[in-house]
Amino acid sequence: MQEMLKVQDIWVSIENKQILKGVNLSMNYGEINVLFGPNGAGKTTFMMALMGFPRYKIEQGKIFFKGEDITDKDLYERARLGLGISFQRPPTVKGVTLRRIIEIITNGGADKEGISENIKKLNLSEHLDRGLNDGFSGGEMKRSELLQLMVQRPDLVFIDEPESGVDIENIALVGEAINSLLGKDRVKDPKRSALIITHTGYILDFVNADKGYIIIDGSLICGGNPRDILSEIKRNGYRRCAVCQ
Amino acid sequence: MSISKTYLSEIRERAERAKEKKALFGPDIDLSLYSQFIERGRIESLEGLSRQAKEAAIMAGIDIKEEARSGSYLQVDHSVVYERLNRIYEGKLEIMSTTEALTKYDWLEDYYWKAVSVEHDKYTAQAELNMTHGYFIRVLPHQKPEYPVQACLLVAENHVSQNVHNIIIVEEGAELQVITGCTLSKKDAEGIHIGVSEFYVKKGGKLNFTMIHNWADNFHVRPRTAVVVEEDGMFVNNYALLKSVKSIQAFPVAYLKGDRSSAKFNTVVYGLKDSYIDLGSRIVLEGEDTRGEATARVIAADESVIYSRGDLIAKTEGYCLAHLDCRGILFSDNGKIYAIPQLVSDGAIKAELSHEASIGPIAEEQVEYLMSRGISKDDAVSVITSGFLNLDIPYLPQTIDRSIKEVIKATAKEAL
Repeated sequence: MQEMLKVQDIWVSIENKQILKGVNLSMNYGEINVLFGPNGAGKTTFMMALMGFPRYKIEQGKIFFKGEDITDKDLYERARLGLGISFQRPPTVKGVTLRRIIEIITNGGADKEGISENIKKLNLSEHLDRGLNDGFSGGEMKRSELLQLMVQRPDLVFIDEPESGVDIENIALVGEAINSLLGKDRVKDPKRSALIITHTGYILDFVNADKGYIIIDGSLICGGNPRDILSEIKRNGYRRCAVCQ
Repeated sequence: MSISKTYLSEIRERAERAKEKKALFGPDIDLSLYSQFIERGRIESLEGLSRQAKEAAIMAGIDIKEEARSGSYLQVDHSVVYERLNRIYEGKLEIMSTTEALTKYDWLEDYYWKAVSVEHDKYTAQAELNMTHGYFIRVLPHQKPEYPVQACLLVAENHVSQNVHNIIIVEEGAELQVITGCTLSKKDAEGIHIGVSEFYVKKGGKLNFTMIHNWADNFHVRPRTAVVVEEDGMFVNNYALLKSVKSIQAFPVAYLKGDRSSAKFNTVVYGLKDSYIDLGSRIVLEGEDTRGEATARVIAADESVIYSRGDLIAKTEGYCLAHLDCRGILFSDNGKIYAIPQLVSDGAIKAELSHEASIGPIAEEQVEYLMSRGISKDDAVSVITSGFLNLDIPYLPQTIDRSIKEVIKATAKEAL
């Protein structure tokens, strides 16, 4: 399998505070990786820095995506190259409707075949003419994020805590939507890669992840079978991970 | 039969007494600078307008082909040049100049200068003493024309004071939509537009009124508007000012006289160049169970100064509910916005009045959110700005929407 993402020794700070301290990661095409770690360990920072949010300053290191050095590329350029993100808590944008953003991303409309099917599947028909995330519940926000990604069609998706704020009933819907987004329900089409942050691990019941990693204190300290890592965390918390190095 | 001479002379006397009276807000204008009187000939159709006039009218919301309009009224400078009523509404809807209506209906005495006071200030006095028409639109009881009536008040010459007096009467149970475009076809014209507007919404009636103002750098504007809404009546006012103006000052008021009546003001202002803009909306809740809502979205770019006012005044002993929502974005460090909301409960112990006013930049996290979907920074700012202004007004030509987006694109770059 070919390498899609290569992260070489990146150091990231936010407002002069060092958060990530030399993280390395390699991901292949079609691979689904899961990031675990305690609060404040640097998981979201890692994702946001890879996506190119300006607040997350890369002090050192390189990011290669599909063979291209994207370290100095702007946020929207990275999105156009094929990176996408589902936010843990997306901001509310009152005047911009979900329909409008879909129209802009698709350069067309929300009525196109396939898109309207996904809108129905994600139960978002009644949200199309509302402001983005304006009064959306946790589950509605996640579904809206996934719908936007479905029309954006990125090659690599960052998904930040897909289960947070989502009730039990909606977790299955979100899980199925992620599978559909990643193309795991397809046999022939090229599959998307994903890096998923999860606290609870619920999402692993729906998504067949390939690898798991743990971030503690800004460093990626171990990798392995995601289910084994989750079992270990559930048994012993992150204390053992911190010392097993 | 025309309106009584006694009433008219009484009105004139009151106007004479007020002709030097300065307005409470806005810079004082020397009206003697604008004394040109320009008369124009009639045209057979709106297509007969000059190219510049046609363009200006379209940008002010006028449908030249009149396909989706119940009727049209067009005034250029001091002359009524075109009036047309769609035949299917004959006997149901009336459109004419106010001057003509004053000679036709003696009962107009009950409406003429009854909502707005002629001695309000020198501008209302000017509108009476040197009145140059204005439109009279009346929809008869229980009639509901499908399409809006359009009215265009256009200034095409220099040093003109266009002093119009508009009257709209929505009779009992009737419904009406009106789109008014006030504009200039001569972009460098110096002058003033004074527009007195008195609207009456009778029992159970509905008036949806949209006004597009397109002025230019050397032009002053002083509208004076009051609306009287009877029981179960509804008034909706959409107002947009999206081009530069030398100065504009207006504070339209809706008097909710009847029980269960309601008023809604949506105001959108985009301040450009060194425009001086002082606009507000006032809702006076006099009837029981009345409802009011005033929303203003203002953006100050360049060196513009915007006063965004809002007054909710409750005067009923019964329940009433009103909310004021005023938001501003400053695009330039040379611009200025004043947001001035005011709530008054005058013995209205059951009144629920509330407001939210805010001035702040476009949130960076919103821009970055859109950028993460592959949208460039400039486009993201434009999309958010257009959404903030939220110009969702039915029956407006698409050219207006396009033009607004272009203006936003050109100025929004300064926003962050």
